[in-house]
Amino acid sequence: MDGATPQADDIVIRVRDLRFRYPGAARDALAGINLDVRRGEFVGVTGPSGAGKSTLCLCLKGLIPAGTFGGTISVAGQPVAPGTAYIESSALVFQNPETQIIGLTVAEDLAFGPENLRRDPAGIRAAIPRYLEQVRLSGYEEADTYRLSGGQKQRLAIADALILEPQILILDEPTSELDPIGKDEVFEVIERLRRERSITVVIVEHAAEQLADMADRIIVLDDGALVDEGPPDELYRNPRLFHRPDAERAPQISEVLFQLIQAGLMSEEQFTAREETGIERLRSLLMASSGQVVQHA
Amino acid sequence: MLDGQAAIEISDLVFRYVPSGPEVLRGVNVRVETGEFIALIGQNGAGKTTLAKHFNGLLKPSSGTVRVLGRDTRSAPVADLARTVGYVYQNPDHQIFAQRVRTEAAFGPRNLGLGQAEVDRRVDAALALVGLQDFADEFAFSLGRGQRQKLAVASVLAMEPPILVVDEPTTGLDQAGSRGILDLLSRWNADGRTIVAITHDMTLVAERVPRTIVVNDGRILADGPTRQVLSDTALLRTAYLRPPQATRIAQRLSDLGVAADTLTVTELYTQMSRLLGRGG
Repeated sequence: MDGATPQADDIVIRVRDLRFRYPGAARDALAGINLDVRRGEFVGVTGPSGAGKSTLCLCLKGLIPAGTFGGTISVAGQPVAPGTAYIESSALVFQNPETQIIGLTVAEDLAFGPENLRRDPAGIRAAIPRYLEQVRLSGYEEADTYRLSGGQKQRLAIADALILEPQILILDEPTSELDPIGKDEVFEVIERLRRERSITVVIVEHAAEQLADMADRIIVLDDGALVDEGPPDELYRNPRLFHRPDAERAPQISEVLFQLIQAGLMSEEQFTAREETGIERLRSLLMASSGQVVQHA
Repeated sequence: MLDGQAAIEISDLVFRYVPSGPEVLRGVNVRVETGEFIALIGQNGAGKTTLAKHFNGLLKPSSGTVRVLGRDTRSAPVADLARTVGYVYQNPDHQIFAQRVRTEAAFGPRNLGLGQAEVDRRVDAALALVGLQDFADEFAFSLGRGQRQKLAVASVLAMEPPILVVDEPTTGLDQAGSRGILDLLSRWNADGRTIVAITHDMTLVAERVPRTIVVNDGRILADGPTRQVLSDTALLRTAYLRPPQATRIAQRLSDLGVAADTLTVTELYTQMSRLLGRGG
């Protein structure tokens, strides 16, 4: 559709020199962030506690907290600043689902967002079971939200965002309380939405292994600054940021490969942070070393 | 310790939140010895937290018995149980209520009737253990999520309970924070305290916790050495769990000599370098 000017229209989130400081704080929560996100891109955000990840999410959604704001943000062509009206093109899944869940029952909670946007009530009712199924909550329509477990609340909060059918989905550690398969399921839902509707995803996530398998690009925040970014296979080889005892966790596959490369047992260009690719490379290495012929499945 | 007296002994525990409601725990038998470090794993809604809340009498069995250091939780005074079993909640905001960090950490020991000097000693020690010593006079709710999590742990540590139950202690923490909490738990365990940790973090379980119990659908699905439980991929799958990535990689390479019960990156790397060294 916009093939004529792909460069200009392709950027759905543009952030320039974003600065933010909470009232009374001694330092900037965000200290000059520059970021462009392309339409349909999957961007992972990682970094230690207090790096500014949640503040960035709030700013991208236009929910700029009270404080000192500087720089510019544009989301789907709309300028975002303190006091900006609701941005319908994007949805945010909050870090703490209890901040987000307001309905007494699961169905009421899911309907709240789209009803506020004056979407068709019959359409909303029809959509509810579909979104509950996507987050493994089928049959929970009439369940009281306060009785849900931590993980169930987190999945409901994700469904709350998905049912808005946003172009841009921003998620702040959406899987922190989910079991491992639950994490996979959330990532599968996001992947499907990307395929079917080309949505753009910005996700704060500590689950490095899933991030490495799915993200086009990962950015690392520390102390309010963007300290590194790149595709997973490049980013996770940065020894200043990963592979040290106190560093953020890197995918285990990348840690094994990193150590083998350090020991001279593998060549540097064989590095990857992706599970399947990594297993293939380890397999080839073992077979070559034992003199067997490498077979490709 | 008296021979035969477990830290926690659970027999045929059945639990319903309402008398006519569904059984959330459906016949649980577990014995935890004094000084053990145990991980409770299972999918969301499996009953982990419900089970753990029986350890300190927050919940009482609908039928069956729960004994803590030999005492039945149905008859033991709550104050006694609170002294014996410390419980750190999943969400620190469900626990923290005081304005200042120091006041929050002092609440538990003060409630135990300790004198001011002993309360101060314990609070200082607990805050130092979790690395919050410089935040003692800050507002509790001005702390970040990770720091609030540490405060919740410190508040319970300050009571110095012989049994500690922590519900998802590393949720929302970065790697340094998670390791910090696990180091802390390991040190406490080394001092002879019993620790039960509910967690979804298979990597930390694999690296740190000797025994793992899988809760599934209100029952104990598996209970044994972590190496055995976490390398049983089929069993974990039925509980919506899966082994750590290092184990998954090892199992895909087991036909080439990598042990299928590999648990950690270090173990995987050691085997790879040995196999490559020998072949090359």
